[in-house]
Amino acid sequence: MRRYVIGRLVQAALALLGVTCVAFLLVSLSGDPAFILLTPEAGESQRAAFREMYGLDRPLAVQYASYVGHVARGDFGRSFAFDRPALTVVLERVPATLELAVAAVVLAIAFGVPAGIAAAIRPGSWLDRAVMTIVLLGQSVPTFWLGLLMIRILAVDLRWLPVSGRGTWGQLVMPATALALWLAALLARITRSEMLESMAQDYVRTARAKGLPERGVTIRHAMANALLPIVTLIGLQIGTLLGGAVITETVFAWPGLGTLVFDAILRKDYPVVLAVVELVAAGFIVINMSLDLLYGYLDPRLRRATA
Amino acid sequence: MNVRRAVGPGGVVLVGLVLVAAFAPALAPHDVGGLDLLRRLAPPAWSAGGSWAHPCGTDPLGRDVLSRVIYGARTSLAIAGAAMLVAAALGIFLGLLSGYAGSWPDALIMRVADIQLSFPYLLLAIAVMALLKPSLTNLMIVLVLRSWVVYARLVRVVTLSAREREFVTAARAMGGGAARILFRHIAPNVVGASIIVSSFQLAELIIVESSLSFLGLGVQPPTPSWGGMVSEGRAYVGSAWWLSAFPGLSIVLAVLGANLTGDALRRALDPRLRGV
Repeated sequence: MRRYVIGRLVQAALALLGVTCVAFLLVSLSGDPAFILLTPEAGESQRAAFREMYGLDRPLAVQYASYVGHVARGDFGRSFAFDRPALTVVLERVPATLELAVAAVVLAIAFGVPAGIAAAIRPGSWLDRAVMTIVLLGQSVPTFWLGLLMIRILAVDLRWLPVSGRGTWGQLVMPATALALWLAALLARITRSEMLESMAQDYVRTARAKGLPERGVTIRHAMANALLPIVTLIGLQIGTLLGGAVITETVFAWPGLGTLVFDAILRKDYPVVLAVVELVAAGFIVINMSLDLLYGYLDPRLRRATA
Repeated sequence: MNVRRAVGPGGVVLVGLVLVAAFAPALAPHDVGGLDLLRRLAPPAWSAGGSWAHPCGTDPLGRDVLSRVIYGARTSLAIAGAAMLVAAALGIFLGLLSGYAGSWPDALIMRVADIQLSFPYLLLAIAVMALLKPSLTNLMIVLVLRSWVVYARLVRVVTLSAREREFVTAARAMGGGAARILFRHIAPNVVGASIIVSSFQLAELIIVESSLSFLGLGVQPPTPSWGGMVSEGRAYVGSAWWLSAFPGLSIVLAVLGANLTGDALRRALDPRLRGV
């Protein structure tokens, strides 16, 4: 077990290093910040001073090595736009995105999984067809348009909810729903097919033959075995969720990481872009590692295999 | 194979949209760039103040929304379709190579795929488009990057199992070269699965392209694209709903058509799913 964990940590560190390298190259390809950030009237001497101040006058490999060295010590450089430590700027926005993402995942699980189970219990029924129609629609509506549609109907016409911003519960409803719909549809689809597969297994037939109530068979026997692929799926979709968060946050002016990184990319605020990339990649890796550990809890067979 | 079942209602929608895109100049009631400055922000024909001169209303510059939606079909479908084809070609080739060659090419291709899948794609796409300047070439690169992995992984698995089958052994025994075995004997096995994946990929790519265009990083104005039009209508969502409603509906229709086609094809081509 210990060797396994250490192996995973080394892999994670290598992945982070790779991500940093790609992000760093991409950023350096995009142009000289001294031309983009300073006013056109700035003379060459001012530009040179700017480059020297942020260390941009050194060779790229040296810049990369020094960046990795600083990051390892928790120093992500200073934001060009805010003139404050990039890490502070980024960390301030983390709670907002976390709030949105957690709300969306909770919503998606709360609606998607029961809908998938209900559809699988009686395949071909009106309920099944209704769920699958909603699933198809949910996977076909782009998040940004759904957001605008909700703003128009729920905020402008009906005046039930505030248009945008963050702070009250009412303001969380629309962005979380917009972000959740697509994931809920995907979860319902996978839950349905996993349930159908596990309901056809011998152990379900045995449980039924023993005369167990249908409810118990569905939950204890069929669902328990369908959970693993569902958890895997949620883990795999975290990245897509973060991408969706950029769009959702833009539509609803939600002050999270998505709007921050979008603005930072447009402003060429490299330290902030790189800090967000590091943080997101690290979060992604941590989430997937925790899910691996969760598998052991959900499937006792795997516990013995890794111990 | 039952053709009607294989195509289904989704196929009808898709073919319809492709025809609309192909005959855009004949179908559009107005010139795409044409400004009607006296009728700016006119509502759709059926609401108060609208006229049939502009069935879906006009935008803040007095451009006809319906005509722009029709021309938008060209942009959105052509980009997503072309990206899908390039990604399929690249992904199938790399998948065949990976599955047949094994050893280091396989390891290399699959590690690249893993690394790519472990990073939030849309964030990567936004970064590439913003940092390298939005252009049609960059947009295509970003879309192909999204899609090739799906084909490569699928084709690799099919190739791995086909490689061990008797007809491949027989072909090798008869002195068939690697290229001949790959393209004459193994490749036909991946066609069905690739076609199914393609329609789902088309749906996905239409959404990605329109999302990027919505963020201002995809197709650049004044070229009409559905995502870009929704974005232009965003500021008017409270007053002129038709600006974003019609292009948005078109995206939903196209994606729905592609997804339905995928479902229908899967049922027709995958015998295990027949009757489901």
